[in-house]
Amino acid sequence: MTLIAFYILSSIVVASALFVVAARNPVHSVLWLILTFFTSAGLLVLIGAEFLAMLLVVVYVGAVAVLFLFVVMMLDIDFVALKQGFQNYLVIGILLALTLLAEIGIVVAAATFGGGATFDPNPGGPTNAEALSNVLYDDYLLLFQMCGIVLLVAMIGAIVLTLRSRPSVKRQNIAQQTGRKRKDAVELKDVRPGQGIP
Amino acid sequence: MTFQEVAAILIVLSPGIAAVVAGLGQRVLGDRGAMAVTTGIVVTAAALAAWQFFAWSLGGQAGEAQTIVLSRWFNVDTFIADWAIRIDALSVTMMFVVTSVSALVHIYSIGYMAEDPHRGRFFAYLSLFTFAMLMLVTADNFIQLFFGWEGVGLASYLLIGFWYKKPSANDAAIKAFVVNRVGDFGFALGIMALVFMIQPVAGVDYAQYGIKEFSSIQFDTVFAVIANNAPVDMVGAAGAMPIKEVTFDFLGVHVWGLEIAGILLFIGAMGKSAQFFLHTWLPDAMEGPTPVSALIHAATMVTAGVFLVCRASPLYAEAEVASNVITVVGAVTCLFAATVGLAQNDIKRVVAYSTCSQLGYMFFAAGLGAYGAAMFHLFTHAFFKALLFLGAGSVIHGMHHEQDMRFMGGVRPNMIFTWAMMLIGTLALIGFGIPGTDIGFAGFFSKDAIIESAFASDSAFGPFAFWCSIAAALLTSFYSWRLMFMTFEGKFRPNPHAHHDDHGHADDHGHGHDHAHAKPKDGRAPAHESPIVMLIPLLLLAAGAVFAGLLFKPQFLTKNADGFWQGAIVREADPLYGPCGVHPYGDATHCAPDVAHAPAPSNAAASAAEESHGVVADEQHAAPDAAHAGEHHELPTWVIWAPFVVTVTGFLGAVIFYLMAPGIPRRMAQNGGPMHSFLSHKWYFDEIYHFVFVKGTAALGDLFWKVGDKKIIDGMGPDGVTGIAKAGAGGLSKLHTGYIFHYALVILVSAVIFVAFVLAGQGR
Amino acid sequence: MSGAELGLGHYMAVSAALFTIGVFGIFVNRKNIIVILMSIELILLSVNINLVAFSVFNGTIMGQVFAMLVLTVAAAEAAVGLAILVVYFRNRGEIAVEDVNVLRG
Repeated sequence: MTLIAFYILSSIVVASALFVVAARNPVHSVLWLILTFFTSAGLLVLIGAEFLAMLLVVVYVGAVAVLFLFVVMMLDIDFVALKQGFQNYLVIGILLALTLLAEIGIVVAAATFGGGATFDPNPGGPTNAEALSNVLYDDYLLLFQMCGIVLLVAMIGAIVLTLRSRPSVKRQNIAQQTGRKRKDAVELKDVRPGQGIP
Repeated sequence: MTFQEVAAILIVLSPGIAAVVAGLGQRVLGDRGAMAVTTGIVVTAAALAAWQFFAWSLGGQAGEAQTIVLSRWFNVDTFIADWAIRIDALSVTMMFVVTSVSALVHIYSIGYMAEDPHRGRFFAYLSLFTFAMLMLVTADNFIQLFFGWEGVGLASYLLIGFWYKKPSANDAAIKAFVVNRVGDFGFALGIMALVFMIQPVAGVDYAQYGIKEFSSIQFDTVFAVIANNAPVDMVGAAGAMPIKEVTFDFLGVHVWGLEIAGILLFIGAMGKSAQFFLHTWLPDAMEGPTPVSALIHAATMVTAGVFLVCRASPLYAEAEVASNVITVVGAVTCLFAATVGLAQNDIKRVVAYSTCSQLGYMFFAAGLGAYGAAMFHLFTHAFFKALLFLGAGSVIHGMHHEQDMRFMGGVRPNMIFTWAMMLIGTLALIGFGIPGTDIGFAGFFSKDAIIESAFASDSAFGPFAFWCSIAAALLTSFYSWRLMFMTFEGKFRPNPHAHHDDHGHADDHGHGHDHAHAKPKDGRAPAHESPIVMLIPLLLLAAGAVFAGLLFKPQFLTKNADGFWQGAIVREADPLYGPCGVHPYGDATHCAPDVAHAPAPSNAAASAAEESHGVVADEQHAAPDAAHAGEHHELPTWVIWAPFVVTVTGFLGAVIFYLMAPGIPRRMAQNGGPMHSFLSHKWYFDEIYHFVFVKGTAALGDLFWKVGDKKIIDGMGPDGVTGIAKAGAGGLSKLHTGYIFHYALVILVSAVIFVAFVLAGQGR
Repeated sequence: MSGAELGLGHYMAVSAALFTIGVFGIFVNRKNIIVILMSIELILLSVNINLVAFSVFNGTIMGQVFAMLVLTVAAAEAAVGLAILVVYFRNRGEIAVEDVNVLRG
């Protein structure tokens, strides 16, 4: 049963990956990417790594793919001009890809026929999440924190890269406001009655 | 230490001290102080040297030759040399000549250089030269001689280029030094050849030859070995052999070692004494002030070559081919220089070529074996040539630095004293005297001795030398009188361009005339007599020119010669006066008076390889009778009268051309013509040398630079490597296309290849 | 992939295929930088699957921890890459990959 599920899921994964690359419209590409992510999450569930599968969905689909979608929508892309150079490199690309596949296939065959371990998801052990947390917050706490920092840096980097100030937008400059002195703000004028301020 | 030794040390070293003090202490002493110090010291040295010389010659106190060792210089195996002062007849004579002429030149320069702002430096250089020359003549080994040799070369350079702001003076100084260097190269090779050859054989007792300490470069050792044909073990030779059999193998040619050494040493002498081929520097050396020309290029430095040959007379007495080379070169020079002197217009150049010619006389005399005559001529020549130069300087000074004889004339009335001195000098130069008697000026004795030696010699080149010398005597007389007539007689010929060759003097004699516009009053030249400080040296030199020959002939040549020379030079070889002189190194048995000489093989230009060196240079007299030792030979009368006849002929010729019909030479000069050009361009030597050596070397340098350095070395080295690096890098940088997909492709391909390698490796 | 049981080989095959497609996508594509970025995500995904599969089949949890870290980095990289893309588009006006050769040597 699991085998059938596996075959279905994996064929969907591969097919949608192909469409990601081959689609004309980048929005379509992104959508196919999302499908790929979902399906691979399913694959992961199949072997008992459900925490990681959910993590995949949340991070990849929820964040990365959405980000892609935002950018694709935001940029004003000319669809017609795309995809023209595709044919030139198709042949060699396919050749290379097949070669690579063959090599990996050899390795795979070795692993399979060389007595690979059989699959045994969770025979009475802790759940995936539990197992992960046992290690993550204990032995590899530093790595965990580093991940956080990596994300922080990425965030700052992204903001710094794309930030631009628009001159026409009115903004508050708090520092300027609180640093104002009395002599900049108030001016005393001696007014003669009946004469007004010149 | 005896007084003599102290005197000798003072004579040699004090000019050096004077030079240092005057040279370095100019700020303290000032110009006058420098002049006073140097002149005072050199005059003192001259007085001491004169006392020494007179004691040796006239006073009959010729002592044993001695060497005063000052300190050891080299002490390496057999290369042992000292700083020493050798006192023997040769050095005593030379010391006297050098110091006396130098002292007189110092005094003269006080007047001549009176307005020069750098005269302090001048006097320092003069003293430096004197010191170097004295080191040269008192050397007891070749290295000290070479030291002095180089020192005088240096002083000559400094003095010729004294007015260093004049480019022509600088060029002349460099030319002198470089040509000298060519000669010095030969000299150094000669010394090396001697060192190479003269190495002791183990087990041979050299003391039997009178050698106390075996040194390959000391005169005592070298000459003793050569004279006694001692066995030597040449470096790299198969074994020991007598020195006269030593041969060198050079490029497959076998040459006798002694001959080669002799020829190489003579090349040095050629350079220093401006003989044919290496003479080109002497006329240009006239760029220096006239006292310099008088001292260096007349009396002393140029005679260093003659001194060298005479000092090495034991070597040349045994080296037939080398002596012949000297004879030929000397004879050719004497004739060549005389021909060129005919066509020169600068008064100093005429005298310079005259010097060159007279040196040729001295050399061929030495080449024929008449070393005594050569030294005698050197002695007398120093006086009258210095006199002529200083007199010419006086004329130039009086004519406000006009040196071209074409623009002189009519100088006599205003400069009578100078004229009289120059007349004496000229008579001495042409050798005026009554043949067959002992009445005459100095040059008469010495020059006739040389000419007669040439006739009496058995050398194959004797006749050639004889005829060259006769012809040269004719020309000498002609150009000397030409000089006298063109300068002093006739009407004054003002220079139309009025170009005052201002040798850096402030032309301010306080006379107030404007010489450019001087009108000749009844043909007199606008000259003034020189100050007395310049005339006294002339007078003293004139005394020498008149009396030196008469006084010293017996010492140098005839009766008392053995007592005087005492073996300083080889006298057996002298064709005229060669009796058995006292030979300190060898035995005198091979010239016993009663033995008829075995017919020596005539050396009709025998090649060195066939030479048998067992024969001392020949002494075939017309009458093999040594009882006539010291007297005139039986020479045919015409030989004795020939010099006189040609002298008078030259005089008459000059009278005709320059007194009676002065238009003829002027027209000849103006029309040019190949003969005149050939002579006035000095046989085109400068042009030939320029073309061959200067341009040739420049072309060679160009070749090495452009092809060798740039194309080959740079091309293969730095430039080539950078070129390859650039090309390579350029090619490689084309891989950086900037396209991500190209990069990704490369990554993929590399990954594929790597994995393939790994798999292939595992599969084995 | 001939075993009746679900084995490591199956997952490795999937991973291989995804990897290949991702790489293929990078250099075939000429016109769209976004597709390149997406291909990179595919590659990372394939690596993740591989890691997790190995971790499960070898009984160690380390593979999954590693996969988490890879996930983190993939997200960060996607963010920054897209930021660069946005700025590039602002400057150039289009995202044709062919013209992105300013850094050519």
